Amino acid sequence: MIHFVLLISRQGKVRLTKWYSPYSQKERSKVIRELSGMILTRGPKLSNFVEWRGFKVVYKRYASLYFCMCINQEDNELEILEIIHHFVEILDRYFGSVCELDLIFNFHKAYYILDEILIAGELQESSKKTVARLVSAQDSLVDAAKEEANSISNIIAQATK
Amino acid sequence: MNPFSSGTRLSWVRIKVLFHCRDMIRAIRACKTAAEERAVVRKECASIRAAVSDNDQDYRHRNLAKLMFIHMLGYPTHFGQMECLKLIAAPGFPEKRIGYLGLMLLLDERQEVLMLVTNSLKQDLNHTNQYIVGLALCALGNICSAEMARDLAPEVERLLQFRDPNVRKKAALCSIRIVKKVPDLAENFVNPVVSLLKEKHHGVLLTGIQLCIDLCKLSEEALEYFRKKCTEGLVKVLKDVVNSPYAPEYDVGGIADPFLHIRLLRLLRVLGHGDADASDCMNDILAQVATKTESNKNAGNAILYECVETIMSIEDNSGLRVLAINILGRFLSNRDNNIRYVALNMLMKAVSVDDQAVQRHRVTILECVKDSDASIRKRALELVYLLVNESNVQPLTKELIDYLQVSDQDFKEDLTAKICSIVEKLSPDKIWYIDQMLKVLPQAGNYVKDEVWHALIVVITNASNLHGYTVRSLYKAIQTSGDQETLVRVAVWCIGEYGDMLVNNIGMLNVEEPITVTENDAVDVIQIAIKRHTLDLTTRAMCLIALLKLSSRFPSCSQRIKDIITQSKGSLLLELQQRSIEFDSIIEKHQNIRSALVERMPVLDEATYSGRRAGSMRATVSTSHGTALNLPNGVAKTAAAPLVDLLDLGAEEPAAPSSSGGNFLQDLLDVDTSSSSQSGTTQPQKSGTDVLLDLLSIGSPSPQNGSSAPDILSISKDNRTSVSALDSLSSAIGPSVQASFTAGDAPMMDLLAGFGPSPPAPPPTEDNGPAYPPMVAFESSSLRIMFNLSKQPVSPQVTHIEAIFTNKSSDVYTDFIFQAAVPKFLQLHLEPASGNTLPGSGNGSITQKLQVTNTQHGKKSIVMRIRISYKLKGKDMLEEGQISNFPRDL
Repeated sequence: MIHFVLLISRQGKVRLTKWYSPYSQKERSKVIRELSGMILTRGPKLSNFVEWRGFKVVYKRYASLYFCMCINQEDNELEILEIIHHFVEILDRYFGSVCELDLIFNFHKAYYILDEILIAGELQESSKKTVARLVSAQDSLVDAAKEEANSISNIIAQATK
Repeated sequence: MNPFSSGTRLSWVRIKVLFHCRDMIRAIRACKTAAEERAVVRKECASIRAAVSDNDQDYRHRNLAKLMFIHMLGYPTHFGQMECLKLIAAPGFPEKRIGYLGLMLLLDERQEVLMLVTNSLKQDLNHTNQYIVGLALCALGNICSAEMARDLAPEVERLLQFRDPNVRKKAALCSIRIVKKVPDLAENFVNPVVSLLKEKHHGVLLTGIQLCIDLCKLSEEALEYFRKKCTEGLVKVLKDVVNSPYAPEYDVGGIADPFLHIRLLRLLRVLGHGDADASDCMNDILAQVATKTESNKNAGNAILYECVETIMSIEDNSGLRVLAINILGRFLSNRDNNIRYVALNMLMKAVSVDDQAVQRHRVTILECVKDSDASIRKRALELVYLLVNESNVQPLTKELIDYLQVSDQDFKEDLTAKICSIVEKLSPDKIWYIDQMLKVLPQAGNYVKDEVWHALIVVITNASNLHGYTVRSLYKAIQTSGDQETLVRVAVWCIGEYGDMLVNNIGMLNVEEPITVTENDAVDVIQIAIKRHTLDLTTRAMCLIALLKLSSRFPSCSQRIKDIITQSKGSLLLELQQRSIEFDSIIEKHQNIRSALVERMPVLDEATYSGRRAGSMRATVSTSHGTALNLPNGVAKTAAAPLVDLLDLGAEEPAAPSSSGGNFLQDLLDVDTSSSSQSGTTQPQKSGTDVLLDLLSIGSPSPQNGSSAPDILSISKDNRTSVSALDSLSSAIGPSVQASFTAGDAPMMDLLAGFGPSPPAPPPTEDNGPAYPPMVAFESSSLRIMFNLSKQPVSPQVTHIEAIFTNKSSDVYTDFIFQAAVPKFLQLHLEPASGNTLPGSGNGSITQKLQVTNTQHGKKSIVMRIRISYKLKGKDMLEEGQISNFPRDL
């Protein structure tokens, strides 16, 4: 089970956090501080696993962003690396060569995508296409609602002219 | 009124609220300092609060989006929680979407606000729009509490059969959360899962398998049920996946859906574990996965890794196990650190299954201990520790110690602990043990734990043929590595004990090269150590003791040593100051007892020490008494007992009855408490020690200390004057004393027989003071001491004792010295003895007068420790005892 997902920038700024196990607000900031201290200082050629408080944190760096997932001792670390990559590929497909700024300004979109990949700390969907389809279907629902709202306000505006 | 005159600030805030979330993010990113950022966030929060209290509907979702970003930056956002609930309760999908996102981000299962959302969730789970159902399932799966799980479980259960697979898969994962929160609900999900496992949709299959694994963990019944119903089907599914043609949708590095592979293997592991039939059923497909999976990409390795774990867990199939161990061997030689890491991880589990197979990879594993990656080093070291046994301990230890020299500082502690543990546990002989420790101490002496060097000293004392070798090796080591604390301690201790062996090259082994060390060189080492301010108190205190010992071993350096010891007299550390003063006085004033004082330590009992480490302090104290007694030349050896107290190696003072335990300082400082606590007990084997302890207890002087010891010492010097003094005193002795003075052996024995453990006190006569029969105070095969007791009626507290020493052997005793010590409540005054030569065969005697003042007269009776030293045919002899058979009312 994945206990939490963290996206941390090279500078130590948090870009996304998702907690599947209960951590209080205080614990959360402590965890983030501890882990960014451990992970950001690791050399480039080292393994992608860090042992931490009896858990393992699997991390992978993509450009300026570190994707970290915390798992149990007995979980498959190599698979988690694949899940991280799966997430990154879907982000990339959605934003069209994703960069850190995309995730900053559209952080909610990143969360929506993550929610289509993981629930309760477990993998939900192994098909990138399916995830992309589901996210865009929901995006279009939102767009449709917006348009509707706009057209209604237009009608009201015209009626009150 | 002009709206722009006074209301600027207000309207600015107003405008700001209307900004898009993007603009806020931009504003925050533009901040140069943390203070600026805080200011922006504060303003935003203020405006959002204002909007919240206005119940502003139009911009609610925008405000929530801002709040989520602010939350991510680590600011408090609790005031936005209710906004989430309002958005979720709104009818439209966009509001619900952002509402649920906010709910998952800003709240967790422990907030009570969460309960308020249960009703909305229930409605949304029954919504006609499948995406809204999806949102609700996702939120429920990520943050639901036990109460919510119980309330909403029926809805989720129903959704497992929803027409759209994307809802079914979400419902399956949501069920995992529910059964984890409320394990009683597990049985409700067993049947729906069976049908999920038959699905074709990968998402549903994936999540269904995961739910199945979690149900198996929760319920043995469920596991049994799935094992019967699903094993074959799952094996077939895995076969299909393994053999499936290229499917771009699921392809990862040439493998179709590695995630599904891994989950299937994981579930098969759960089903096959502990069941031979189920294990048999999956043998073929596991063999196929293990042999056919491409291992050039991470995805393939992830599958192989999972497959190996499954093979290791299911019931024994030796062919498959060989396959698995070979895969791990390949992993281990992989250049990718991740692969090596998981290989080490898995080998740890494999050790218990097949130790031999893992041993084959020992060399490679050992290389991993030296890896640059801390995660790999840690794993490898733990694995090596599991692999060490009697047959390979020597080469493995050598490798580890060699690596110790070059390892990272932060890894040294772990590594040192493991090496010490291996060496202690599996050393084939003492010289090897000592050799290995002598290699570790100079490298990592600062990381060695106290119990490790204590154990080393115990081993050294027991290896009598290696004393010389050890002390010389330590001498060499300390020349180069004087900054390693524990090395210094062990070296200083050994030089103090075996300094003579160091200088004279005694006990040379064949492998050794002779070294020339002068007495001054040996003292130099300790002088340097004591001056090194980085070393701690314990080490420097040990240095002082070593110096005291050397002052006796190396008489020529005595003056120099005295100077060094004196330098600590002004130390601000009480311990050092006290030791310095005490030792100085020993060197200065008590030269004739010094050599006895600083005799070599008795051999420390290994069993006792290991027993101590196990924590049974009390029990072993008594056994160590026994061992002290059983030693050959017991009398001479026990004389060294106080030295044990003085040197107290943390906890191993075999003969000390005080249970002060590991406190290094206590035994020295608590001399008086320990001596009075012993006073009531009869422990002849360690009597006499208190004399020495009292001599040393300058910090808390009791009257007899100052007076008795110098008197004893002066006896041998001016015998003639003392004889005349005795003459004048002897006139005061009562008639009964006179009688016993001349009495032979037999009547004395009779008199003794009359004294039970509690002799009846003779009725006191008022005019002449009480009369006491003479008592045998001490008797050994070679010596008898009679005490004649008398009291003056004016001072009932004061007892006059005339001691009469008789030689029972046929040889003459020369240099005869009698010493006595008493507990604190007594004061002892020793008169000079009548002579220092005791003729043989009872042909003469020495008398000596003692005066004991009992400050607790009437409450406590007199006890006394005695020690007699003399020369028999030029050989030093020593006898000790405790006298506790004094009449009660003295």
